Amino acid sequence: MTCPNTNKDRRQFLAGVAATAVLAPGVVLLTAPASARAPGEPATSANRWGLLIDTTLCKSDCTACVGACVKEMGLEGHDRPRTDAQYIRKVTVSDPETGHSHTLPVMCQHCAKAACIEVCPTGASMRRADGIVLVDRHICIGCRYCMMACPYKARSFTHEEQDNQKSYLPRGKGCVEACTLCAHRIDDGREPACVEACVTEGQGAMLFGDLADPASKIAQRVAKEASSRIRADLGLEPAVRYQGI
Amino acid sequence: MIKHEYSELQPMTPSWLALVGVLGVLILAAFGAVWYMEHNGHWVTGMTNQVVWGTPHVFAVFLIVAASGALNVASIGSVFGRELYKPLGRLSGLLALALLAGGLAVLVLDLGRPDRAMVMIAHWNLRSVFSLNVVLYSGMFSLIALYLWTMMDWTMKAYYKPVAVAAFLWRLLLTTGTGSIFGFLIARDGYGSAVMAPEFIAMSFAFGLAVFNLVLLGFYAGSGRPISHALIHRLGSRLGLFVAADLYFVAMQHITSLYWGGRAAFETFILTSGGVYTLLFWVGQIVLGGLIPLWLGFCPRPMERGRVRIASALVILGGLAQMYVLIVGGQAFPLQLFPGMEVSSAFADGQFHAYTPSLPEVVLGLGGFAIALMIVVLGCSFLRFLPVSLDHHGEHITPCGCGPIHHHK
Repeated sequence: MTCPNTNKDRRQFLAGVAATAVLAPGVVLLTAPASARAPGEPATSANRWGLLIDTTLCKSDCTACVGACVKEMGLEGHDRPRTDAQYIRKVTVSDPETGHSHTLPVMCQHCAKAACIEVCPTGASMRRADGIVLVDRHICIGCRYCMMACPYKARSFTHEEQDNQKSYLPRGKGCVEACTLCAHRIDDGREPACVEACVTEGQGAMLFGDLADPASKIAQRVAKEASSRIRADLGLEPAVRYQGI
Repeated sequence: MIKHEYSELQPMTPSWLALVGVLGVLILAAFGAVWYMEHNGHWVTGMTNQVVWGTPHVFAVFLIVAASGALNVASIGSVFGRELYKPLGRLSGLLALALLAGGLAVLVLDLGRPDRAMVMIAHWNLRSVFSLNVVLYSGMFSLIALYLWTMMDWTMKAYYKPVAVAAFLWRLLLTTGTGSIFGFLIARDGYGSAVMAPEFIAMSFAFGLAVFNLVLLGFYAGSGRPISHALIHRLGSRLGLFVAADLYFVAMQHITSLYWGGRAAFETFILTSGGVYTLLFWVGQIVLGGLIPLWLGFCPRPMERGRVRIASALVILGGLAQMYVLIVGGQAFPLQLFPGMEVSSAFADGQFHAYTPSLPEVVLGLGGFAIALMIVVLGCSFLRFLPVSLDHHGEHITPCGCGPIHHHK
């Protein structure tokens, strides 16, 4: 049995190391803007976790974020693309008038006014205090109304039994699931797997952080630089912002 | 006021046994389909992560919508005081209850976790239209039961009218709630419209009366009970009226969407280039389920049993087509992540989503009809829901077909 305090100290130590690990001047291996929470310590509304994605840095042939998500969440699937779960996908957007094309990752946008939460009959679709939208698989009845309501097609239905499940992500057949923003990693003081992969394998297009913390890098950038949200017209107030869309 | 005598259907006759047997087999097959789908998971159905509601929902929503419409016959007699319809009130109430049960059974049995249906009782999200509908369905069951009680128990006569009014208002609310399930979906071009609520009410009037007509004519033909021509004519022509209302709201839905520039692509898909959805819309929903019953209902000749049967059957088939176009067609059209732009991904963004109904889905849907009919057959066999005769009004259709002549009251 491990002491909770020891765990916390270790997490904080690792987070500190991660935050400062530098390969060479100007090249950051990992950054961890989140601080670990002690086991049992609830999420707080003082945080509003979010992403800023610079699509000008997102390469069309790079799927590092997708691959990292599949590995982290155990989403290997059954090789049935129409029914296998997908938490994050690369979307190619082309302007039919100009021919300009770019790609971007799309996942659950962790909306402040999430349509999935509004429509869920049992409250299984819920928002943590820190803004992360999750599915409580204990009370999800698999009605899929949230999938009908989500404008981002961010949710998947668990169509069959799943192997290779992770302890931090139970995936029950017959329930709905989606990107958790890697809540388990955030609680450990780490970044989401997709962001980490984008930094290490991709072009560093994704920035994770606390939008509610004015000192955070993400808050400072969204305050100074132009960014937008997908389907901002719907007024759902997503926590994922994009640049270059 | 004419006092009507009611009696049970004669059970255990060869035709009764055949009917109950067929319905029983359909219900067992539906439970088999549910077991197959739940045991393997929904990947064995035609439903996917793109088309998440399929054929079971087409049947379920049709039955739920028809349920509230089936109660209209009773309401016309009780709330609006039309004597001709009063003896039909009991069957109307029973049919409404049965259709609601059949529709909800399909809906619940298609859940990813039907074993957790009771969770909906313990966990409420009061902002959800679904939760609101659970309240509306439960209230509907209670009100119909109360309504039937006031109709069948002379000592409850004092409550008959208020309960009838409450049931009528509740059924309007219920169908508003069902339509709002789609009307509140802002993200999809095929839904997200306030017209859904009145459109569903118009649908319910037509679908419910169509089912009622077929059940009534079937039972009365099977048990050799008489029905007046006047009643048959009224039921047929009123069906035409309800179909006209449904067509009107369908037209309004599509015309408003066409004026909404961002939805033009969706309308083009449904109305002209959507393959099976376009075919079902024009041929199934509009022509077979709309224009032909409309013509049958209003052509200047008295309605005969055969014509009412044909019109009612067409309205039901057209209604299922309407549900299919609405529910499946609405999902087959891709979500617009970036309106005006072309999108693609490994998760089928920007594509028209394929959906092919699987046999278990169809069997489950038909099972919903079977459950409803079984409830009605058993109810009519063991309780007095059916008037012995519906022909002692002494009414006849005028030669011009413009309406019944009342010889006496």
